[in-house]
Amino acid sequence: MKMINLTINGSPVSVPEGTTILEAAKLVNVKIRTLCHLNLEGFGVVNQTASCRVCMVEVKNRPTLVPSCSEKVTEGMQVVTDSVRAMTGRRMAVELLLSNHPKECLTCPKNLDCELQSLAHELGVHEIQWEGYRMDYPKDTSSLAIVKDPNKCVMCRRCETMCNDVQTCHILSGQNRGFDAFVGPAFNLPMAETSCTYCGQCVAVCPTASLTEVNNTHKVWAALSDPNKHVVVQVAPAVRVAIGELFGMAPGTISTGQLATALRRMGFDAVFDTDFGADLTIMEEASEFVHRLTHNGTLPMLTSCCPAWVKFFEHQFPDMLDIPSTCKSPQIMLGAIAKSYYADKISVKPEDMVVVSVMPCLAKKAEAARPELTKDHNNNVDVVVTTREFGAMLHEMGMDFASLPESDFDSILGESTGASVIFGTTGGVIEAAIRTAYEWLTGETLEKVEFEQLRGLEGIRSAEVQINDRTIRIGIAHELGNARKLLEGIRSGEYQFDAIEIMACPGGCIGGGGQPYHHGDIEVIKKRQQAIYQEDRAKVIRKSHENPMIKKLYEEYLGEPYGEKAHELLHTHYVPRDRI
Amino acid sequence: MSKAQARARTISVPDLPQDLFDTLGAYIASLDDPKGSLIHVLHRAQQLFGYLPMEVQLFVARQVGVSGAEVFGVISFYSYFTTTPRGKHNVSVCMGTACFVRGSDKLLDRFKEELQVTTGETTKDQQFTLSDVRCLGACGLAPIVTVDDKVFGHAKPEDVEAILKPYRAGSEA
Repeated sequence: MKMINLTINGSPVSVPEGTTILEAAKLVNVKIRTLCHLNLEGFGVVNQTASCRVCMVEVKNRPTLVPSCSEKVTEGMQVVTDSVRAMTGRRMAVELLLSNHPKECLTCPKNLDCELQSLAHELGVHEIQWEGYRMDYPKDTSSLAIVKDPNKCVMCRRCETMCNDVQTCHILSGQNRGFDAFVGPAFNLPMAETSCTYCGQCVAVCPTASLTEVNNTHKVWAALSDPNKHVVVQVAPAVRVAIGELFGMAPGTISTGQLATALRRMGFDAVFDTDFGADLTIMEEASEFVHRLTHNGTLPMLTSCCPAWVKFFEHQFPDMLDIPSTCKSPQIMLGAIAKSYYADKISVKPEDMVVVSVMPCLAKKAEAARPELTKDHNNNVDVVVTTREFGAMLHEMGMDFASLPESDFDSILGESTGASVIFGTTGGVIEAAIRTAYEWLTGETLEKVEFEQLRGLEGIRSAEVQINDRTIRIGIAHELGNARKLLEGIRSGEYQFDAIEIMACPGGCIGGGGQPYHHGDIEVIKKRQQAIYQEDRAKVIRKSHENPMIKKLYEEYLGEPYGEKAHELLHTHYVPRDRI
Repeated sequence: MSKAQARARTISVPDLPQDLFDTLGAYIASLDDPKGSLIHVLHRAQQLFGYLPMEVQLFVARQVGVSGAEVFGVISFYSYFTTTPRGKHNVSVCMGTACFVRGSDKLLDRFKEELQVTTGETTKDQQFTLSDVRCLGACGLAPIVTVDDKVFGHAKPEDVEAILKPYRAGSEA
């Protein structure tokens, strides 16, 4: 590798050819602020449009300032980042961005979490010399998951990179020109009329409030203050390893116990765990897999827990709707059991019950309202809030989350195993399914429940597990672009798999669109994944079919896994959709 | 594309003539690099259909192999492309500096009043589309109006009625 020698603020540094000034500066501890730049190393996500000009630096003998995020180093280059000229140039770039930006920071959903706002603060912008023409597009509130406010778009194109390059959904593109320019869908269509999967990765990387989640917190407060409603809450596995970040705890801190206490203090009548729904999903999904395997059914079978993935294959692969598992997702399964079995037990009518979910995900908001997932015109899940919204509610209450005492979820829909915890990470759902399918098919006890070959963060992974005399070929993908590659490979016959797990977000649910903002720091997602596996190891029971409460549910209510009652409550179907 | 158009969603016209799609499809198939020729394809499409409603844009997107959002991005960037049907005659009022200082704004207002449209719009009878353009390069004749290819120099607001008269529906030769 050819090395290039240069100086940055007088300090000599030697870096491989092809390195940008920005990357080289990091090596000598020179901080250059960025806005449009995004590089999620290891996830194949790079946004390098150099459109914001916030990272401009001076290069000796160059007439103009250059954007350090895209400018490659050259031999003998002398870079100056801290001259008055460079600082003035950067400040002017931010001033220009602000000159036509709505100045409603105090009431903006991204207040104190906005990268443009922090830049203005850090670069010392105290007044804006110019007043630019302002766009006045209406907010797009058509979808149940994502709010699009074009007026706050700074054309950084990060959302486009996520939507087009990473997720290959191709919903978003730059529209119009000049002051009227923003990123939006084709034909000015409302988001709800496009093939958007609501994965929320655009929201996860938007530096401003141009893309945010639909805020449902008021619905939760309303339900909690209605004396005629029995309000039940469930929390997804990925929430417990991320929520702490919103309260100053280190990424990867497990706060399951505090979470249960916080929910109880908020006034929920029952505090349940989506992990129970995940164990239930495994009972059904593993049964379906065994059934397909032993009855010459369609293989591969695809997991169906991720609602963004479900919507993706409905839009993009409508000819392959027979391969996904018919299992509802854990959140919907838990809602369905809460409003049937649990409602019967406590003698509450399903229509007097409100099921609230705390999810790392935006697509779960839209999933909850899918018409085929209702029962007797009653949604299985009524309100979905994200990890971020839930954190905001705790802040509103003034709850000192980090110092809360720990407590357990309520019985019976609060009991869970290690298998269900790992649903929060890529590779986890299929590992949980294999733990159960293995024991069912062999009749033996699995000594080592960890399947290391299924773990990791590579975009597409494959592994083989020997069960009896059969080799089960497993495929795993996270990010929808990788899912597309896998599915196209199956369609063309290039890939041969028996079971496939797909999650839409980088790293799985731990990197979900509703999680605390990572602001481009990929280490955060890795720490959350480690925490998920740590939580699994700490569980006494680590196989879904050994969950005593799951056994009880089948004995008392559901009958056989994959049986008639289970089908009625826990399985669904898919619809082909258009691609726009 | 006018600001009003930039805000409105693109119209959908489901029953466009199939032979025009066939012609466009054959044109795209004849290209070596359809993706790299998106703007050429859109020019050809607008020539064939007269404008680019949603169905035409989606057709181009699918044939060329890019997203609908990307095609719409190109169309909304260039003012040449239009997503609404154009009138039979194009009335353009020059708003370049020379024309402007000689009162082309008042002239444009008069056209708006007479045709009951704003710039970028087409009259209800589909006869006229009114636009404002920048310098036409004939500043000696300022202010200038063109109707299709015909130039009217030293135009005054009181001439507007007479300029339009021969192009009105029913009065064409």
